[in-house]
Order: sequence, then structure tokens, then C-alpha cells
Amino acid sequence: MSVDMTGANGWTIAAARDALRKGEVTAVDLTMACLTAMDAGDGLNAFVHKTPELALEQARAADARIAAGDAPAMCGIPVGVKDLFAVKGVPTQAGSNILRGFKPEYESTVTAKLWEAGAVCLGKLNMDEFAMGSSNESSCYGPAVNPWKVDDRRLTPGGSSGGSAAAVAADLCLAATGTDTGGSIRQPAAFCGITGIKPTYGRVSRWGVVAYASSLDQAGPMTKSVRDAAIMLGAMAGHDAKDSTSADLAVPDFEAALTADIRGKKIGIPREYRLDGMPAEIAALWDRGMDMLRDAGAEIVDISLPHAKYALPTYYIIAPAEASSNLARYDGVRYGHRAKLAQGDGITEMYEKTRAEGFGPEVQRRVMAGTYVLSAGFYDAYYNRARKVRALIKRDFEQAFAAGIDAILAPTTPSSAFGLGEQGGADPVEMYLNDVFTVTLNLAGLPGVAVPVGLDSKGLPLGLQLIGRPWEEADLLNHAYVLERAAGFVAKPAKWW
Amino acid sequence: MSIDIDTARKVAKLSRIRVEDGDLPALAEKLSSILGFMEQLKDVDVEGVEPMTSVTPMRLKRRVDVVTDGGQQAAVLKNAPDAREGFFAVPKVVE
Repeated sequence: MSVDMTGANGWTIAAARDALRKGEVTAVDLTMACLTAMDAGDGLNAFVHKTPELALEQARAADARIAAGDAPAMCGIPVGVKDLFAVKGVPTQAGSNILRGFKPEYESTVTAKLWEAGAVCLGKLNMDEFAMGSSNESSCYGPAVNPWKVDDRRLTPGGSSGGSAAAVAADLCLAATGTDTGGSIRQPAAFCGITGIKPTYGRVSRWGVVAYASSLDQAGPMTKSVRDAAIMLGAMAGHDAKDSTSADLAVPDFEAALTADIRGKKIGIPREYRLDGMPAEIAALWDRGMDMLRDAGAEIVDISLPHAKYALPTYYIIAPAEASSNLARYDGVRYGHRAKLAQGDGITEMYEKTRAEGFGPEVQRRVMAGTYVLSAGFYDAYYNRARKVRALIKRDFEQAFAAGIDAILAPTTPSSAFGLGEQGGADPVEMYLNDVFTVTLNLAGLPGVAVPVGLDSKGLPLGLQLIGRPWEEADLLNHAYVLERAAGFVAKPAKWW
Repeated sequence: MSIDIDTARKVAKLSRIRVEDGDLPALAEKLSSILGFMEQLKDVDVEGVEPMTSVTPMRLKRRVDVVTDGGQQAAVLKNAPDAREGFFAVPKVVE
């Protein structure tokens, strides 16, 4: 029997799941459609290590499970994996030259759970080096490119999970894993017109995910719909004894929570997010989002998060401080790159040359900035002060939730996607400002979801972000579902690659 | 507060990242910009606030103190740039 699989790579997880279970398609056919799209998508530089043999082997196993009537929701679903997740025997470089050639002998908990659920691994996805960046331009592979294009320029897909967002938006895969330390799932999702959720800190295991800033890092799904995010998050989440910060809480059925009923819910609008100079289009989009939730029966409430404006500098102390410690492990001894040494070079020269060759400029800067704020004489003035401000930022949210707020609505990004090479060349801080709406909730450990809501006047996607109470991703996704249905965002990038 | 060239050299040394002398002025400038950005936190009143140690109020789990893994020498050494006779090999560290 021959089935026309044209366009199957463009399906949602939910549609593919239903078709697989009804026997209308096979996982092998679905995987072949994605592998074809993936190869035709090389111009996007999204997939950086492809695993077609592994994919077909997993697809055949998925078909056998489906035939046997044992098919979890992700069974037979082809996904891409951010290069930050260790996949056994598959190159895992975190977008860095210092991990060139590294093939882990172990599997990250998230990917192990996905494969156990029957998902199919198409390959590894491009990202900013060690997840440090907002444009994918710090990647050792060169930047992934946004499939959205409105003029001659090549646009950034955002970062750090830029390859994941580009691949999902361009239908090279059905969904992808991402990680979010300061906005790295939500900002690229917004730039590429897809959905992405950063779960509550501790909801998803960090084991086997290359560490950037351990107190902020959290993995999550990047998908074509809110329903898909609910399905895939369910497969990724759960307690893991190998991650001491993973929460020992039951994982709810996130998909079952999508009732679209948010009557009586209170939606907070943080007045501090209305920045001076906010583009009119972003402000208008935010207003439209409020109308959509109000029309669904929610109450819109003005709230104050007085310390939110300090989130960005707080983040850019805490994250580099943790990174300087986490990245100390790349020393040329146990894995990855080691510099060629000159006659007489000792172990210190080996460390210094290896790290100078292996780390790109932004990673070097963050390691050094982190080293500085942790060094004797500056620890209290910078790092400890940042940890105190972080406590205040979290308290602001706690007070809002204690006052009855169910979810908070805000823009995801201060603009739509910008051109590659247009930002941060002279001053790294210019690039950091992209994270202004997203970092706050990482500091507070809260879940946040980015939903595509419309196109700007140039024809590029814009997204809104909903922030939820800790551990209440189910309720948060239901709010996102309402926004998604009201916005009716169906635009797709025209294929040029 | 800005970072001078000597401080940049010191930070690079502490970070074990080789930076050539000619690259230090540009590095100092970029680090100064990042640091200048951090200075905003001086405006916050943090009197009496405890520094955050854990973002979720969670007690770390304990486990029984037993061996759960091991005997994986080959796997551990597999990605090493230089492994010999079951060890990681590095330049001489003791004279």
C-alpha cells in the first residue's frame, strides 16, 4: 500500500499520533518524510548532526509497538534534539569547538524518556555555544537561519535554541527539545512563530544536559501547537534520582487540562513590563492578548513586579558566575579538544591554550565575567547582591500569586526577528537586552510559555508569553490554549531554502 | 567601575584562558561594558534580604550510601584526548 506522505513532516504531534494509531500512516513513512525535509533544509543550518539510521531503527520499533497496541503518545513521532542533550554515541557538542568529537557514553534523562516513549531521533540541532546567546550566532557551526524571510536579509531564528525553533517552524521535524536559562526556548519560539514552554525549575531532569547555569537551566518542548507542547512535556517531565534538584512530584496529564475554560481566572499585567520606547506593534499585540483572554471570561488585573527591571543585570551576574564554575570542567583532560602543546609547556599552558582555542568569544567573556564577580573582594558586591535581588524578584511574583493572580501575560520579545550580524557586534550588552521579558521567570523558577499571536507589519511572527504559578504548567498551558485558539495563528514561512 | 588591562589579564589568568597581550584592551572594554550594566543593582535596597540559595523550597533528597555504579573504565576514558594504560594522560605536573 502506498500512502501519499507529502507534507506529513508538517503535521502536529497530535495529528500524527492519531493517524499512527488508526494505522493511516506508519512511523517509518512519517520518519522518511522528515528525513527528506531535513536533507532539503540544509540551507537553514538547523540540523548539525543527522542520525537517519537511528531514526529508521527507532521508527521500525515504534511501528512494532503500535501494531502490538502499546503506543504512548510520542510513539513514532520524529523529533530533533538540541545539541545540549547527551545522546549516546551521537556527537554532542553544545555548539562548541571544545567538545568537537565528543560522543557521550550515556544518555540524558530527557532523551532516554523520549526514546522510551517511542519517539524517533532525527538528529542534533544547532544552538548558541553552551546556550549563551540570543541569536544562534555564537554557535561553532555558524548560525541557524530563520525560515521566515521578508527581504534579502537572512534573519536570526533567535537563541539559544535557534536550530530547534527553525527546524520546527520549517517542518523539518514534528517537534524539538529546547532548553531555557534566560529565555532560550521562548525567544526563538517567538521569532519563528512556534510554541515553547519552559517548565517550573525542577519539573524536568537536567541530568545529561550540558550545564550552563545550573540554578536557571530547564529543558522543555518546542512545538507547532499548545496541545503538542502538553503532550511532549508529559513525556519529558518527571522525577529523576540522578538530578538532585528534580522535583518528586507526580506529572499531571497536561493534555487533559486543555479545556479552554478560563472563566473567572485572574490575569496579571505587570506595569513594569511596559518599557519606555516599547514598539507600538508590541504594545498593540499585548493589548490584543488581553482582549482575547478577557473575551474568554478572564479578568485582567494590573499588577506590579517592582524588581523586574533589575532582572537582566541580576541574570547577567548569576548566569556567568555559575557558568564560570560549570565550564571549568573543559580542561582538555577528560573529553573534547586539547591544544597542541609547545616544548616545555606544562599543565597550566595546556589548560589556557585549550580553553582559548575551544571557547568562542562570548563564552570566554561570560566565563571571565563570572570569574570576576566571584573573585575575592567582589563576591559580596556582585554575586551576593545579585542573589539578594533574585530573592526580591521571586518575592514580587509570590505576592502577585498570593493576591489571587492565576497567570501573567507579557510580550515574549522586544521585537520580531532581526538580521544575522545586526546586533551585539560592538557591545555585548545590546544582545543581552533581547532577554528583557524572559529572564525574570528563570530567576523566579516559574513556568512560562510562548505562543505565536500574530505577524508584525513586516510579516514576521510576534509572540506573547504567559507566566504561571510554580508546578501549575497544566493550568498555564490551558491559558495558552485559549490564547492560541483566539489568535488563530496559522501563518507559515514560504519555502525559500 | 571599569576593568583596566591588568585586571583583564588577571581575570583571564584566573579563568585559565590564554589572551594575547594585544587582545587585552578590547577584552577590558567589553568586560567593562558588561560590568557597567551590572552596576544598576547598586540602586536596590537589599537590607535584611537573605541571598537566594534554592529557587524552589525543596530539601535535597538523601540516598543510601552504597555503590550504585562503577567498573566503567573503558567508557570513562573513551573520549579522552590522551589516555594511556587506563589513565588520563597530562603533561608532567610534578618535577
